[in-house]
Amino acid sequence: MRQILQVFLFSLVLSVCQYTLAEDSSNKHEKEFDPLEMISHHISDSHDWHIISYTNKADEHVNISMPLPVILLHNGKLHFFMSSEFEHGNAIVQKGDAYFKLYHNKIYLTNANGDLEFDAENHPKNEHPFDLSITRNVGSMWLSVILILFLFISAAKKYKGEPQTPKGLQSIIEPLVLFVRDDIALSQIDKHKIDKFLPYLLTVFFFIWINNLIGLIPIFPGGSNLTGNISVTMLLALITLFITNVNGNKGYWKHIFWMPGIPVPIRAFLAIIEFIGIFTKPFALMIRLMANITAGHIIILSLFSLIFVLKSVVIAPVSILMGLMMFMLELLVAALQAYIFTLLSALFIGMAVQEDEH
Amino acid sequence: MGLLTPDPGLVIWTFFTFLLVLFILKKYAWKPILHAVKVREETIQFSLEAAAKAKKEVEKLEQTKTEMINEAKAERDVLIKEAREIKQGILEEAKSKAQEEANKILENARVLIEREKNEAVQDLKSKVAALSVDIAGKLLEQELETTDKQKAIIDSALKEVNFN
Repeated sequence: MRQILQVFLFSLVLSVCQYTLAEDSSNKHEKEFDPLEMISHHISDSHDWHIISYTNKADEHVNISMPLPVILLHNGKLHFFMSSEFEHGNAIVQKGDAYFKLYHNKIYLTNANGDLEFDAENHPKNEHPFDLSITRNVGSMWLSVILILFLFISAAKKYKGEPQTPKGLQSIIEPLVLFVRDDIALSQIDKHKIDKFLPYLLTVFFFIWINNLIGLIPIFPGGSNLTGNISVTMLLALITLFITNVNGNKGYWKHIFWMPGIPVPIRAFLAIIEFIGIFTKPFALMIRLMANITAGHIIILSLFSLIFVLKSVVIAPVSILMGLMMFMLELLVAALQAYIFTLLSALFIGMAVQEDEH
Repeated sequence: MGLLTPDPGLVIWTFFTFLLVLFILKKYAWKPILHAVKVREETIQFSLEAAAKAKKEVEKLEQTKTEMINEAKAERDVLIKEAREIKQGILEEAKSKAQEEANKILENARVLIEREKNEAVQDLKSKVAALSVDIAGKLLEQELETTDKQKAIIDSALKEVNFN
């Protein structure tokens, strides 16, 4: 565990050391501030980990960011290089006979000149290689994982030996763990069945919560919109869907396809609805988490964009005050959404495994 | 819309990362924590029950103790009362006996005194009688002489008399 941590930190330091100082020719300071572009850039994934941008004395726009590894699968071949080779979309990367170009944080296959063909809606029509890159979100997720593992494993180590009262880290971790066990798992799932599902519920709760919190940190390495990314919420919702249906007992399936105590024609009708319900429940989980977290990011970024849109310092106190309020609210939402996701997962699992009482 | 399109690369990385975290945490965090908490809860439950039992026992002991103390007190009171009665009895008896004895002694003394007195009176009587006879003899002897002389004789006779 400690070695993994050391390797990660070492590689992090190495990467930061070779940060790219790039002069962004397209971003001269005369350019109008575009809040939409800024916000969409912040809430979507990225191939480099932005640290800071500023305009230096020579009036050049300087972008300091940590390059991230790009892993591409194209024509059965795996290409591996650092995202700094793209030079923020200005350079075309040639690997074998394939040319790759970064455009709005997406990698496209191009010809040797790097030409992109655009459709009517101004989206490039070029093909994508299969992108397995370590993006900002993946990096942020690994950071959160290290934090989670460190917190919980070091707390768990203190439980060896005779029963004792919780001390230090334990006294923070334990109430949270017991909260998930008693108020989420035990309230929804039969007591003798929770042991099987508790590890998932605990992991998903802390995974979402800590990633929500990391997303709220405005400076490097926080601020990634990981739990507001549909890929992540979809995966978590799919795991809940999988666990629910794999563990669903006879009563659960009977209630879906042949609801007892109801006239037969309605049973058939209900079966269709219930069957769709299997998928709409996790779908709602996916959308709810993603929308809540993304919305929080958008609101906070919009409030601060106001200063630059109105080009006035006077609006700054208002933005900061409102931003502060939103941050407070988002702190609540971070915990609340983790709670809701976990509670509903527990509810679905609980319904699938409950003993038939009819 | 880009925001709602899942990115397969991120899905794959999230999948592996999440599963890894799930298994590591399950083994090294949740199991030890939940187990320890369960053990502790059971220990607390057990200790509480034991404490309640012990408390009941102590209460019972306390009750027994109080009962014993009360019994002992009652017994002591009875004993003290008896002792006091006995003491009183002894004292009274002793007093009456002493009184009786004293009375007896007084009676004896009185009898003795009476007897002694009687004897003394008797003795005095006989002595007075002898003296009277003696005086009368001397008077008769001196009758024939002068009255002055007689008077002087009587006086001298009286002087000679010792009533002891």
